[in-house]
Amino acid sequence: MTDLLRLATAGSVDDGKSTLVGRLLYDTKSVLADQLEAVERASKSADGEPDLSLLVDGLRSEREQGITIDVAYRYFATPRRSFVLADTPGHVQYTRNTVTGASTAQLAVLLVDARHGVVEQTRRHAAVMALLRVPRLVLAVNKIDLVDYDEATYLTIAKEFRDHTAALGYGEDTVVTIPVSAKKGDNVVLASDRTPWYDGPTLLDHLESVPVDGPDDTAPFRFPVQTVIRPRSAEYPDYRGYAGLVAAGSVSVGDEVVVLPDGQRTTVEGIDRYTSALDSASAGDSVVLRLAHDLGIARGAVITAAGSAPDPVTEFTATLAWLHDKPLTPGRRLLVKHGTHTVQAMITAVEDRLDIQTLALDADPGTLEINDIGHVAITVAEPLPLDDYDTVAATGSFLVIDPQAGDTLAAGLVGRPLVTTPVDA
Amino acid sequence: MTATESGVELRSAASPAGTDQLDVLESEAIHVMREVAGEFDRPVILFSGGKDSMLLVHLAHKAFWPAPIPFPVLHVDTGHNFDEVIEFRDAVVERYGLTLEVASVQDYIDDGRLSERADGTRNPLQTTPLLDAIADHRHDAVFGGGRRDEERARAKERIFSLRTAFGAWEPSRQRPELWNLYNGRHKPGEHVRVFPLSNWTELDVWRYIQREEIDLPTIYYAHTRDVFARDGMWLTSGPWGGPRDGEEVITKSVRYRTVGDGSCTGAVESTATTLDEVLAEVRESRLTERGATRADDRLSEAAMEDRKKEGYF
Ligand SMILES: Nc1nc2c(ncn2[C@@H]2O[C@H](COP(=O)(O)OP(=O)(O)O)[C@@H](O)[C@H]2O)c(=O)[nH]1
Ligand SMILES: [Mg+2]
Repeated sequence: MTDLLRLATAGSVDDGKSTLVGRLLYDTKSVLADQLEAVERASKSADGEPDLSLLVDGLRSEREQGITIDVAYRYFATPRRSFVLADTPGHVQYTRNTVTGASTAQLAVLLVDARHGVVEQTRRHAAVMALLRVPRLVLAVNKIDLVDYDEATYLTIAKEFRDHTAALGYGEDTVVTIPVSAKKGDNVVLASDRTPWYDGPTLLDHLESVPVDGPDDTAPFRFPVQTVIRPRSAEYPDYRGYAGLVAAGSVSVGDEVVVLPDGQRTTVEGIDRYTSALDSASAGDSVVLRLAHDLGIARGAVITAAGSAPDPVTEFTATLAWLHDKPLTPGRRLLVKHGTHTVQAMITAVEDRLDIQTLALDADPGTLEINDIGHVAITVAEPLPLDDYDTVAATGSFLVIDPQAGDTLAAGLVGRPLVTTPVDA
Repeated sequence: MTATESGVELRSAASPAGTDQLDVLESEAIHVMREVAGEFDRPVILFSGGKDSMLLVHLAHKAFWPAPIPFPVLHVDTGHNFDEVIEFRDAVVERYGLTLEVASVQDYIDDGRLSERADGTRNPLQTTPLLDAIADHRHDAVFGGGRRDEERARAKERIFSLRTAFGAWEPSRQRPELWNLYNGRHKPGEHVRVFPLSNWTELDVWRYIQREEIDLPTIYYAHTRDVFARDGMWLTSGPWGGPRDGEEVITKSVRYRTVGDGSCTGAVESTATTLDEVLAEVRESRLTERGATRADDRLSEAAMEDRKKEGYF
């Protein structure tokens, strides 16, 4: 268990995400005096209470339009845990920012407005969380004050959400639902006496106590080489080290490793973290590996555990979350960035597209448009040592990049990590 | 009881964790720096001699050891410097064998490309020399020490942040930043600002400085100084001017939380002469670093956002 939780908020526009985050910061006393003063100065709320959403909506256009446009990262802490929180926008056209926030989250808080219940954006965001394998979800049924703290309303929404997330593969114990009022503070940090029928945790209680899944060091070892360190100095004439971040698993001095895509075998002779020589390193550590043989390794290679090295491939199936206004054109030249290697690529076929409402897969859609999730066949110009996203997420993920504009077009996940059960919409 | 009346004992915006969290932050920052070394041709580190930029140099040193830091450093010199900071800057350049590039605001004022503002503040004037230096040296990646906890517009910043050929930040067109796969593609003339300290808080920075025994300019620790009050801050006299009528000069024990242009960087009252004492103060502070000490960020609600859009740090 680690003492840092990375979480993201999602929901549709005006459900109260920014207010909820502001409330969390405010009630955990994470707001410093000058920030609060600035918010009080800018608040236009009729009831005279500070508009807590202004604590997170930092851009001028956000304040003017009263919406969130981009992910805002916030840092707060209680005596029990530190939090990195990504507040993401609700508008459909900003779903790419929700994907950004979710890609590093260990937990997502989805909001709904108690008056409207589960809507299309809720389903879309839950599907994005399931796709990216965000391990835990919280449904905050917000604005419970506007439905007179009505239990039946809450229960109906909670059930609909549980049915949907179950169909997306979430187990019963990974989803928690909480009735809250971000504006009034009910069940955010303090238990409310206006919801006597609810005996679960407040949102903060839950965030502080939910188990955190740290980086997976039981996964097979994967180490994309970022750069080669060769000082050629008088003091270190022969030093040659491969710098990188352990993407998955762990490695010890003496381990046999395979360097992909070429497949040479060697052993790890040393692991350096700055001037300290380590015995081992695990997922999340930035280190330098020294190997027994000089194999002419460069940036882009992946050093892997000998027993579990994937076979590099040039053709594979992947799931894409399309993030760009420009739709996918099969056959166009693209780039794929996998680990530290960027290669030319082509999407040869769009096999199907997920219907967000029914969770059915519609065959042969021809293209993917912004916010679509679908399965595609990809061909790359050089062999890539891929893992399935559901086995090793760090080496099962990639970016699809436009070679001309340089824009990121899609989030790519190797294989079919999203397993859904179609439901009646 | 309403939530706001709560008596719950909770800490301020700070990370209470043990050293683990610093290791995570360090690994992330080093990963970012190595990605830049791997993907760009002409990166540069913005280096003012302040604590965040000193942290960048320290992290770069660790990231590429035993090879030297593979980036030059660029100082945008407002001409309104604290002497200690310039001495410190030069000592660091010497110690790490760095190449120092200087973009001088004073040169621009002397030859008329920029004119002094009525309020004497030079922070907003840094943008043009900065962008010119980036263009002249053809830098394609520019490391900054900005942190998301500093300010609301910064909280929206990506770790790899694309700038147009005019140096502009276009917040509504930022690229999605997925997992830890950074996209540094850019067209000729564009560049990428890179913020390895994005996820650090002020307290993390100080804890790390303590753990790593990183040297800082002495003005970060309490010392006695002649100061005068303006806009609720303690300013000091210098080449940028001094007290105006009615502003009384008094001698106080102060330290700086940020180091910037002398005309608009305020000191805070402090008796913290050691790192432990500074850490204790940071833990208890009820003001953000910028709110306490930077007149430039108080100019308007969107002061930082506007300067960032124009190409500021
Ligand atoms: N009555 C009530 N209003 C709320 C609540 N939460 C948010 N709001 C209001 O709903 C509107 C949208 O909130 P905001 O936080 O900007 O929503 P976002 O678009 O999801 O970030 C604002 O006017 C809020 O004051 C709540 O719990 N109860
Ligand atoms: Mg919002």
